[in-house]
Amino acid sequence: MVKYSQTGLDASFAALSDATRRGVLEQLGRSDLSITDLAAKFDMTLAGMMKHVGVLEQAKLVTTEKVGRVRTCKLGRSRLEEATAWLERHRQLWDSRFDELDKVVEELKQKEKNDGRKKRD
Amino acid sequence: MDARRETEPTPPKNPATMERKSERELVATRTINGPARIVFEAFTKPELFKRWWVPKSFGLTLLSCEMDVRVGGRYRLVFRHGASEPMEFYGRYIEVTPHSRLVWTNEEGGEDGAVTTVTFEEKGGKTLLALHDLYPSKEALDRAIASGSTGGMPEQLDHLDELVVTLGASLGRP
Repeated sequence: MVKYSQTGLDASFAALSDATRRGVLEQLGRSDLSITDLAAKFDMTLAGMMKHVGVLEQAKLVTTEKVGRVRTCKLGRSRLEEATAWLERHRQLWDSRFDELDKVVEELKQKEKNDGRKKRD
Repeated sequence: MDARRETEPTPPKNPATMERKSERELVATRTINGPARIVFEAFTKPELFKRWWVPKSFGLTLLSCEMDVRVGGRYRLVFRHGASEPMEFYGRYIEVTPHSRLVWTNEEGGEDGAVTTVTFEEKGGKTLLALHDLYPSKEALDRAIASGSTGGMPEQLDHLDELVVTLGASLGRP
């Protein structure tokens, strides 16, 4: 099971201890940017920027989304937004579960109906 | 177009509700179109339970499922989300009241583990299902949310997995 033992605060401080990463947050405060854009702005290699973004992402200060070949970075959500998003995601899991449960229950109902008919015949 | 038959209207969307009912409690509810006796069966027979508890549509793959549904009986479920590491869920049943109530522990989370109570309330051939997860403390539920446990992995973890793979690849490691 995936678990982060590091507390959120520790991860945040560790992520913020680096000047480049603070700069990345400042840039993302203005607009969402791709890793390539960020690497260019900070005159870094792509791999180097990916590491920084990885640390920020782990601290939940930044989220990234890959569309096609471009990975876009944006500022992370607040704890409250995060909890709301988690609840929504959890609700979606339940939606999927209940939809499958509907199918199982429908099948059992049909089976009972058919068995009932057989008995009467 | 006369494909839609009068006798079978499109069922209205029936979404699950999900609520943090209190500091320690999460509740999911939904009405199921069938009698409680059948819905209870779908919860207690492993061959039925595993068909819906681990929905493929959510990207989950069931690896194993063992259930001994009686008071004191144990269960153990293993499934994975996408390409993630398998997740294990286990505990025991502490109450089994046919067609109305099921209670089980969730022990994979150690002391933070919730107790799940499922109630089945039949009305007019339908069943109102409610699943309560009661955590031992507010902190335990907060931690569960922060770690994305209970099977619903937050998107962030997916992104992180992806990023780790990308980083590994860029460093020439698997």
